[in-house]
Amino acid sequence: MNDATDNRGPIIKFDKVVKRFGDHVVLDELDFEVQRGEKVTIIGPSGSGKSTVLRILMTLEEINGGVVYVGGEPLWHQRKGESLEPAGEQHLRQMRSHLGMVFQQFNLFPHMTVLRNLTEAPVQVLGVSKAEAKQRGMELLEMVGLTDQATKYPHQLSGGQQQRVGIARALAMRPKIMLFDEPTSALDPELVGEVLNVIRTLADEHDLTMLLVTHEMHFARQVSDRICFFDKGRIKEQGKPEEIFTAPKEERTKAFLKAVLDPDD
Amino acid sequence: MVPVRPGPFVSDCGVFPMEWTSYLAPLSQGAWVTVQLTVYSTILGALCAFVFGLGKLSHNPLVKGISVAYIEIFRGTSLLVQLFWIYFALPIMGQAIGLDLRFPPVVAGVVALALNIGAYGAEVVRGAVQAVPKEQYEAATALNFTGRKRLWRITLPQAIPEMMPTFGNLAVQNLKDTALVSLISLGDMAFRAEQIRNFTQDSVTVYTLVLFMYFGMALVLTACMKLLERYVGRWRAAGR
Repeated sequence: MNDATDNRGPIIKFDKVVKRFGDHVVLDELDFEVQRGEKVTIIGPSGSGKSTVLRILMTLEEINGGVVYVGGEPLWHQRKGESLEPAGEQHLRQMRSHLGMVFQQFNLFPHMTVLRNLTEAPVQVLGVSKAEAKQRGMELLEMVGLTDQATKYPHQLSGGQQQRVGIARALAMRPKIMLFDEPTSALDPELVGEVLNVIRTLADEHDLTMLLVTHEMHFARQVSDRICFFDKGRIKEQGKPEEIFTAPKEERTKAFLKAVLDPDD
Repeated sequence: MVPVRPGPFVSDCGVFPMEWTSYLAPLSQGAWVTVQLTVYSTILGALCAFVFGLGKLSHNPLVKGISVAYIEIFRGTSLLVQLFWIYFALPIMGQAIGLDLRFPPVVAGVVALALNIGAYGAEVVRGAVQAVPKEQYEAATALNFTGRKRLWRITLPQAIPEMMPTFGNLAVQNLKDTALVSLISLGDMAFRAEQIRNFTQDSVTVYTLVLFMYFGMALVLTACMKLLERYVGRWRAAGR
């Protein structure tokens, strides 16, 4: 039985997770929890391991130590009696079904129309009928304001439009957890707003757990229940947005926020 | 004295040149064989290219090993030797182990051409598949595609348009290589040309004709491959 429907305990839990790239330690025995329905934003300097947290959750990056739990179930391990073994593909596929991811570079499928981008995985992976997938796809396009672009190909869309399709595509799989990996970093400044508006709409949904890596500090402050400041592969400081942004305790947090909020000083 | 039976290329006055138009009928017969050889061996070769090109990317060491061995052997040896080996050597080896491995010339020709072009094509397939951005693979994984569906639905549709220009070159290469099968007595265009020349000694006319006929076929083949290229990559041109 999968425990993702179990409503007790955190939906995401990192237990002393270690991630290394060669000699470089990206996550240094990270402990990190996210509650069900919580909207958490991870901030921090580049190379602090922010994106790695999301990529590990989406099973795009393996871990070198510790255990990650999603919905109470180990993500990268399978229970065998009392002990944990490295997970097989079947277990990973089952765990992935709880998660959706939005990428910095959108990563839409260039050979499919916008609508097909939204229907392909539900049809091929979930076994939803084509008619049903199309209907759901059009509903999602309406939500992100792109119904008139359904038959176009990704390269015919602006970056902001592509990212809105990217969000809709992830939602089409009905994930319980949405991961946003710097969703606006690749966009021209004037296109950032339209994408943030879509994410803001999602943040109002109580059931959806959101984990966001971003450099948009004002936006993070508006939509997050909690802000985590990452530094050198660990959480240096975390708390409610008001606390972190107005009264950070750690010197490192202060320095980082000063650098990103008042870059001209 | 044994009477010389007048063949179709022998005029009344012996082996002297005839009207060049009279070469066209036998050459067309040969051309048809060349076309068939080209089409069959290109299709079979494309199949080999996909099977062994993807095989080389397999995580299964046996599949990978067989694919690498095939690609290296057929790229590293002469097509003529491969052809002779399949047509002359294989039946004898088959006999030794009690198998009938005698093939009609057309089968031996198609198989040799296909295996040869397939080995080059396999490297093209491998390269094009590997050139699909890693991000596409990640997006497909995030959407929980199985490995097989990721390959068929996401990777290959993007890789195939990339292969097409090189596949076009290989197909033309293959057309020209079919001339070698005349050496195992297949009546293709090169074989007919050689026959006519033997009778008439009219090398200039015969080989000039054949040159243009091969060139014309290559033009048609190139055009076909361009159409195919446009078809498999039609999404790239949308709205442009």
